[in-house]
Amino acid sequence: MLEELSSMEALIAVIIGVLTACGVYLALRARTFPVVIGLTLLSYAVNLFLFITGRLTVGLPAVISDQAAGYADPLPQALVLTAIVISFAMTAFIIMLALKARAELGTDQVDGRLDAEDARDARGGEHG
Amino acid sequence: MNLLFVVLIPFIGAGLAAWISRFGRLQSAWMAGAVALAALIALAPSVTAPFLGETLVQRIPWIPALGLDLAFRLDGLGLLFALMILGIGLLVILYARYYLAERDCMGRFYGYLLLFMGSMLGIVLSENLILLLMFWELTSLSSFLLISYWQHREDARTGARMALAVTGLGGLAMLGGFVLLGEMVGSYDLSVVLANGDLIRSDPLYTPMLVLILLGAFTKSAQFPFHFWLPHAMAAPTPVSAYLHSATLVKAGVFLLARLFPALSGTTEWSVLVMGAGLSTLLIGAYFALFKHDLKGLLAYSTISHLGLITLLFGIGTPLAAVAGVFHIINHATFKASLFMAAGIIDHECGTRDMRRINGLWRYMPYTGTLAMVAAAAMAGVPLFNGFLSKEMFFGETVTFSANHSWEWLLPGAVVVAGIFAVAYSLRFIHDVFFNGDPVDLPKTPHEPPRWMKVPVEILVAICLLVGILPAFTVAPLLSVAATGVLQSAPPDYDLAIWHGVNAALIMSVIALIGGILIYAGRRPLFKLATRLEGLLDAKAVFDWLLKGLLALAGAVTRTLDTGSLQRMLLVFILSALTLGTIGFLGGGASLTGERALLPADAVSVLVTLALLVVALWTVFLHRRRLTALIVMGALGLLVSLIFVKFSAPDLALTQLSVEVVTIVLLLLALYFLPQYSPAESSWPRRIRDIGVAGLAGGGAAALTWSVLTRPYESIADYFLENSVPGGGGGNVVNVILVDFRGFDTLGEISVLALAGLGIYAMLRDLRLPGPACDARGRPWNWDMHPTIMAALTRLLLPLALLVSVFIFLRGHNLPGGGFIAGLITAIALIMQYLANGVEWTHSRMTSNLHPVIGAGLLIGLLTGLASLVFGYPFLTSAFTHVHWPVIGDFELASAIAFDLGVYLVVVGATLLILVHLGLMHNASHPGEQETSEPNHA
Repeated sequence: MLEELSSMEALIAVIIGVLTACGVYLALRARTFPVVIGLTLLSYAVNLFLFITGRLTVGLPAVISDQAAGYADPLPQALVLTAIVISFAMTAFIIMLALKARAELGTDQVDGRLDAEDARDARGGEHG
Repeated sequence: MNLLFVVLIPFIGAGLAAWISRFGRLQSAWMAGAVALAALIALAPSVTAPFLGETLVQRIPWIPALGLDLAFRLDGLGLLFALMILGIGLLVILYARYYLAERDCMGRFYGYLLLFMGSMLGIVLSENLILLLMFWELTSLSSFLLISYWQHREDARTGARMALAVTGLGGLAMLGGFVLLGEMVGSYDLSVVLANGDLIRSDPLYTPMLVLILLGAFTKSAQFPFHFWLPHAMAAPTPVSAYLHSATLVKAGVFLLARLFPALSGTTEWSVLVMGAGLSTLLIGAYFALFKHDLKGLLAYSTISHLGLITLLFGIGTPLAAVAGVFHIINHATFKASLFMAAGIIDHECGTRDMRRINGLWRYMPYTGTLAMVAAAAMAGVPLFNGFLSKEMFFGETVTFSANHSWEWLLPGAVVVAGIFAVAYSLRFIHDVFFNGDPVDLPKTPHEPPRWMKVPVEILVAICLLVGILPAFTVAPLLSVAATGVLQSAPPDYDLAIWHGVNAALIMSVIALIGGILIYAGRRPLFKLATRLEGLLDAKAVFDWLLKGLLALAGAVTRTLDTGSLQRMLLVFILSALTLGTIGFLGGGASLTGERALLPADAVSVLVTLALLVVALWTVFLHRRRLTALIVMGALGLLVSLIFVKFSAPDLALTQLSVEVVTIVLLLLALYFLPQYSPAESSWPRRIRDIGVAGLAGGGAAALTWSVLTRPYESIADYFLENSVPGGGGGNVVNVILVDFRGFDTLGEISVLALAGLGIYAMLRDLRLPGPACDARGRPWNWDMHPTIMAALTRLLLPLALLVSVFIFLRGHNLPGGGFIAGLITAIALIMQYLANGVEWTHSRMTSNLHPVIGAGLLIGLLTGLASLVFGYPFLTSAFTHVHWPVIGDFELASAIAFDLGVYLVVVGATLLILVHLGLMHNASHPGEQETSEPNHA
């Protein structure tokens, strides 16, 4: 049990779990900006998960050389590399949608509902 | 390869006919005629082959791995249908040229018609089952377009939609049947399928396969209970009806029965299903045809009835019955096409199709009346007309069949009843329309149609007569080869003579003729009865009810799940994922932990993990203070890239690092336009619920990760590792996968990136966002010039950063790096200039038009891929060579570098496009003040 808990695998599992939990919590918020942050956290978790499907390998990058004793699985890495870039494009797209929604609806509430808070906000006032 | 051209010519011609209509409306009619003729000419060299006993098979490999070839076959059956499709098609083209009104678009009509013609030819000439199915679906689609040709009419739209729904669902069932059939014999080639009838019939999956295929055939051929779409398809222009409901669309179903006859028939299931459907359709169609007041409605139900007759013949299953079925296919095509055309002329000249109003037309159009009478007599089965011959064969077959079965009078009795009704409705078509008093209140005064509008009818009627009087000299050879094609062996002996002596069939014919006349004479009480029974047996009502129920169900589901609240949708989504995952895990019965040896954790890893957890939770905790949360999240990204470093993924670490920078800059720019703080609006119970859901999701993700990580696995990685250097010419396997092995994926991914960039550009173009006048604490924004030290430093760093990105780019094929990373580094270096020096300073030195950069990148990627095609290799195969440069040393030059350059350009272009345009909006949000502050600096 102790051996399992103090393994790299356990650390990665905890990291992915916490990133997912944080991402989900933020994605369930009512304002666009936290949702975007939440989705970013979720994409960290997803990318990490895809990456670890190649299992954990320490110190053996997939660069061919005569001295290498072995290699990490390059396939998940290649898939995740593009996934990271695409996540960026997705984040950018969503944040622009959020800006557009705010410009057209006058609120950053995810369903476009206008309440007292937003009315004050639309006047450029301070809130917290 | 002429069969391929026979099928392709109408498809190409469809576009031409639609296009040429811009030069005059009649041009497309000429073009359509020329196209049909061209297809006939393409068919001509092969026409003799079936008569010599050959089956032509022409094959072009398409996807051999799936058993799918562009394979075409021509035997007697295919030839018969191809001739009918093209021959009657030509007549319909001629007829429609006079039928269509000035306001109807000719180009569209002939375009659709040729599309349909090509699809039909594809069905009858396919050698491959899957190919056949594709053409089958194409006929569903193109007939939808034809039926809904008068798009402004509600009934046309509904009728077309109903036809598409019914035949489309049938096609789906048939796909399932074909796949089962193909797997049974191990091939989708018809030649193999037809030769393995015994194997197929003894297969345990024979019954489901048969039911699925029959569903396809019955829906297409309007067999009971799927017959209801056909009368509603009468909303189509009459030339379309004449084509679809005589020789083509509805015949596709019986064609399939004939085509697969040797493979599927000969079992009890076949007899029960096919005979049952055929007999009920025959009777129902004949009954309803008599009581329709609409001219085309009568013909529609009589078509249904005759299709039932043909189906019944194939269901009987004897070779002689199959011959009779083929014969009736020919005869029905000729007399029904001419009857529809006659009905169209009457409609055209009278302005109505209601038989209660159209009476006594003999005085106005005796010539058309004569033609219609001949065709109707053929339909009724009067001697000396072609319908009589096949009908007698049909009566004879039912008697022969029943002789070996109990209830021997039942089948002959039923078909005689149908025959009586057929005589009665044929009589009605003639008597009601051309005699029976005077016309009632017609919109137009009828007269004979234009000369050439009658020609197609004359030709068809002449065929009816010639076949009826001289069968042995006209239809016999074609019938014989077609029957050979159906049976895949020589047909049994049969006699096409008109007089066989007094036998059961003749007596049945006589009863039908006399009975039909009597029924028609006493029609008035029958009509009253029929009016009272109307609506009792309405399959359309069932269809409508089902459709309405389906839509209501879909609406209810949508309304329950989607209340217009994103939070609720996400909650439903996450909970569903959790439930499915839990069920899957518990149902699988697998243990959480696998057998793979674990890696012990070291102190640094534990520290990094702890840091990461603290930072992640901190982000959530602080999330309402948006700026702080964002900065903390940046640290999170950096920690994630450390994980990549630790676990042998330097490329990922570099990518994550650079993407993180760009993401944070982007979000900072966006945050400027959003409130700086989130209000505290969730109630505590709600927060606790969300924490619970988040906890469960996180726990699930962690459990999943743990079970994946502790299990051994098989990877295809060895292939990439072995072939990276010899095949791709690069030592960095990740990069080689991206630009070579999976280059096509990468091309797709940079296209997505480019699209996202352009989409954002489009979204921001007309957007005006008000910038805040002061920050969250009420302090006014500072319009100071850009900080001098930072400006000077970034200018100095620019060449260095660009050099680094070139270095990263060039080494990418062999060492960590590559186009994606180099592109991000370049983008960051340039964005730094914007940040430190301002938009105007930077714009005066660098183009802000990034679309060409993205375009060039995509083009380079595509062209590199295409280049390998030129040399005869698959798309995106890379070539490489080693060159020795002085000073630098050995240098490898791979074509993949060019592809990587494309990736690089798209990444730079898209990233800059997004950020620069967002940055420009900052200027737009404070135009006045920006003007005064910027020039100081520039």
